[in-house]
Amino acid sequence: MRSRWAFAPFWLTYLFLYAPIAVLVVMSFNAADTPYTWGGFSTHWYGELASDTKIREGLVNTLIVATGSTVLATVLGTLLAVGMARYTRSKVLGALATLPAILPDLVLAIGLLAFYSAIQATLGLHSVLAAHTVFGMAFVATVVRTRLTHADLSLEEASRDLGAGAFTTFVRITLPGLMPGIVAGALLAFTLSIDEFVIAFFTAGPKDPTLPIVIYSMVRFGVTPEINALATVLLAVSFTAVILVQRVTRLTDSLR
Amino acid sequence: MRTTRRRRLRVEPLVLLGPGLAYLLVFLVVPLGLVLSYTVFQRGRFGGIVYEATAENFTRVADPLYLDVLLHSVKIAGITTLLALALGYPTAYVIAKLPAKWKTLALIAVVLPFWTNFLIRTYAWIVLLNSQGVVNSALGDLGLIDEPLQLLYTDGAIVIGLLYAYLPLMVLPLYSAIERLDPQLGEASANLGAGPVRTFLSVTLPLTLPGVLTGCVFVFVPSLGNFVIPELLGGGHSVMVGNLVRDQFLKARDWPFGSVLALTLIAVLVLLLMAQAWAARRFSGEGDRA
Amino acid sequence: MTLVSVRGVTRRFGEVTALDDVSLDIEQGEFFALLGPSGCGKTTLLRILAGFERPDSGEVLLDGADLLALPPHRRPVNLMFQSYALFPHLSVEKNIAYGLERERLAKAEIRERVAEVLETIGLGGAARRRPDQLSGGQRQRVALARAIVKRPRLLLLDEPLSALDKKVRAEMQLELKRLQHEVGITFVVVTHDQEEAMSLADRIAVLHGGGVEQVDPPVALYERPRTRFTADFVGANNLFHGTLRAQGVEVAGVGLLPCDVPADAALGTAVDLAVRPENIAFTDAGVLRGTVLDTSFYGGQSRVSIAVPGVAQPVEVTAAGASPVAQGAEVQLGWSPAHAVLLP
Repeated sequence: MRSRWAFAPFWLTYLFLYAPIAVLVVMSFNAADTPYTWGGFSTHWYGELASDTKIREGLVNTLIVATGSTVLATVLGTLLAVGMARYTRSKVLGALATLPAILPDLVLAIGLLAFYSAIQATLGLHSVLAAHTVFGMAFVATVVRTRLTHADLSLEEASRDLGAGAFTTFVRITLPGLMPGIVAGALLAFTLSIDEFVIAFFTAGPKDPTLPIVIYSMVRFGVTPEINALATVLLAVSFTAVILVQRVTRLTDSLR
Repeated sequence: MRTTRRRRLRVEPLVLLGPGLAYLLVFLVVPLGLVLSYTVFQRGRFGGIVYEATAENFTRVADPLYLDVLLHSVKIAGITTLLALALGYPTAYVIAKLPAKWKTLALIAVVLPFWTNFLIRTYAWIVLLNSQGVVNSALGDLGLIDEPLQLLYTDGAIVIGLLYAYLPLMVLPLYSAIERLDPQLGEASANLGAGPVRTFLSVTLPLTLPGVLTGCVFVFVPSLGNFVIPELLGGGHSVMVGNLVRDQFLKARDWPFGSVLALTLIAVLVLLLMAQAWAARRFSGEGDRA
Repeated sequence: MTLVSVRGVTRRFGEVTALDDVSLDIEQGEFFALLGPSGCGKTTLLRILAGFERPDSGEVLLDGADLLALPPHRRPVNLMFQSYALFPHLSVEKNIAYGLERERLAKAEIRERVAEVLETIGLGGAARRRPDQLSGGQRQRVALARAIVKRPRLLLLDEPLSALDKKVRAEMQLELKRLQHEVGITFVVVTHDQEEAMSLADRIAVLHGGGVEQVDPPVALYERPRTRFTADFVGANNLFHGTLRAQGVEVAGVGLLPCDVPADAALGTAVDLAVRPENIAFTDAGVLRGTVLDTSFYGGQSRVSIAVPGVAQPVEVTAAGASPVAQGAEVQLGWSPAHAVLLP
C-alpha cells in the first residue's frame, strides 16, 4: 500500500471536489455574456447580483427561517437530550429523536405538506420555519446527547449537595457543561437550514421563497453568469463560516 | 422528601421531555402517519383524498412504467454508491494514515464543499458538462473531439452530480472506521506471515465493513430520493423515484400514489439500516457503536 | 453526644442487597470511617446520608430529627466527591463560593469566608485559577474547602485520598486530621484502604456484604477483631479453623494451638483462631512445624512464608531486620496465648 499509485485516488478525490468550484469562481469574473466562454476580467456580474431584489429578498427570508428555526431547535433539542439522558432508556424515543436527521428529506417534505394541508394552514415563512425546526432539533439533540454521555454526573450531585435546587443546578452547572455541544448543534442547525431546499420547496408559500428556491428557479430557467457570482459569494461565506466554526468549537473546548 | 421527590418525578421530566416530544409528535409522527394512511385511500377528482380504502395504489407500483423507474433509480443510486466507495475508501485510508496535522486539514477539505449550497454544486456541473462547457471546449482545444460530446442530460451526468453531492458522506464514516483500527492488528497479521493484500482482505476490510456499510447507506439513500439532480443534470430525459414523488404531490396531485412511492423510499432506508446494524454487530464486536 | 443515628437501614438494587438492616451511631465531633471492600455497601450508605439514595426501609436521624425528610440541597451535610466534582467552568473561588451563594448570604460575607477558607487550605494565591490548572493535591484541597466553607454539621468524604499519588497522600492525611481538629466538624470518610482508615479515624465501622461487622477504635479493631472477616481484612493475619477446647483450639492433623479461653466459652464448638504475623516467633519448642517457602525483605523487617502440613494457607511470620531463616529450612513456630484471638 506504500507505492505511489496508492495515492492516486486520494488526489483524484480532491481534484474532483475542487475543480468545479474553481471553475465557478474563475467564471464569475468573466466579462462575457455567456457563462461558458472567457471574455476578459470583470466584476460586472457582482454589480448585477447586488442589485437583484429577488436574491436579496430570498436571502432575507432564508435568514429569518434559519435564525428562528435554530433558536427553537436549540431550546427543544437541548431539553430533549437532557430529559432523555435522565429519564428514559427507551430505544423508540431515541430513534424518534434522531429520525428527522436520517429520514430522506423528500419524505419529511411530503409529510409536512400533507399535514399543513390537512389542518388547512396557509403556507409561508412560518411553515418553513416550523419544518426546519424538526430536523434542526434532531441534530441539536444528537450532538448534545453525545456530549452528555461524557458528562460527569457527580457535578450535578455536587451542586445539589452544596444547596442548589434542580433549576439552579440546570442553569449554573448542566448548561455550561453542555455549551460546546449546544453551540456546535446550533451552528449545524443554522447551516443546514440556510442550505435546505427540498423541504422549503414543499412547505414555502409562493410569495416568499427562500434563497435556495430562488437559486433553483434561476438555475432551472437558464444559466447566467450572475449565478457564478452568487456561487462565489456563497462559497466565500460558507468557507469563512466553516473556518469560524472550527475556531469557535476549539475555543469552547479549551474553555471546558 | 417523599412529597418533593414525587414532585421532582412529575414536573422535571415534563419540562425537559414535554416540549420536544410534543413537537416531534405534531411535526413528525402525525405527518408521517398521514402519508402512511394515504397509501390505502383514493385520490379525489381534483386532488385531495377520498377516504375509501383501496389497494389500487400498491398494484399500480407494479406497473412496468413505474417499476422501470424504480429499478432505474436503484441502478443509478447503486452505481453512484459503488463509485463513491471506490474513490472514498482509498482516500479515507490515506487520510487516516496522514500525520495528525495534515489529517485535520485533509478532513476539513473533504467536508468543505459539502457545506456550500447543494444547488450551486449541481449548477457547477451544468457549466462543466454543457455542450459549450469547460470539458467540451478543453477536449476540442486539445483536438480530441471534432464535435461537442453530449455530456449533460445523460445518466452519467446524474451519477456524477450525485457522486459530487454525497462523496463526503462516504469518506467520513470510512475514515472513522479505518482510524479506529488498532495499527498493531496489521502488524500482527504481517508478523504471522500475511502479505499486504492478505492482511487487507482478512483483517482491515472485515473490521471496517460496518463503516463501509454506513457510508453506503449515507450515499445510497439520499441518491435514491433525490429529484433535483436528475432534473437539472438529467434534463427530464431520465426520471427517478424522487421526481415521481414530487410530481405526484405537486403536479398530478395524486397524493395516495405519491405516498406509496415515498413508502418504497422508507422501506429501502429501513432495510439498509437493518443490514448496517447487523454488520456492526457481526464484524466490529462492539455492538451498535459503528 | 450522638450526631447521626442510622437505624435498620436496608437498600436493595434489584436482586442485590447493598445494605442489610444497618444500624450505627456517629458521635458529634468525631472522625468516623466506613471501611470495607468494594461492593460492601459503604458508598450506598454515604449516598443515603448525602441524600442521593433513599433506603427501602429504616431511618436516619441527625440531631434527633428525620434526615430523610430533606432533599439533598436542604441537608446540613456536605460531600467531598471521590472525583472531587469541581465545576470545570468556574474558578477556584467561584467553586468555593457556589454553596454560600445558594444560602443567599451577603456578597461581602461570601468574599470574607472564601478568603478565610483559602488561607486555611493554603491556596490563597490560586483563587482565580481554573480546576484544570491545579495539581491533584490542590484540587483535593479545593474540594475540601468547598465543602467545609458551608460549615455543615456532617462532612462526608468519599475515598478522599484514592486519586492522589503516594507522597501527596501522606501529606493530605495529616492535613485532613489537622483540619478536622481546627473546624470541629464531624467527618465521615469512606475508604477501602485499611491503613488510611486506621491512621485517620477515631472510630472505624467495618462493612461487609451490606452489614456492619464491627465498630471500634483502630487499635481495638486491630488487636481484638470480633469476626473472621475483620481479622482477615484489617491487617495481615493467620487464621486457623478448629474446635474449641479448654486449653486452646484443636486443629485436625496439626494439634492444639494455644489461646486464652474465656470461662463461659462453649467448648467443643467450631471456631477460628487469628494470630498476627508479628506475634509469631521462631522457637525450639513451637506448636507448628513447617518448611520455609519463601522470604522477602522489606527494609526494616522481613516476611517469611512457611508451609505447615495440615494448614491450607502458608503461615506468615514477620521478623525484625533480615530473615533469621533461609528458604527450605525446617522451623518451629510459637506464640503467647494472649496474642491469639478467638473468633466465633
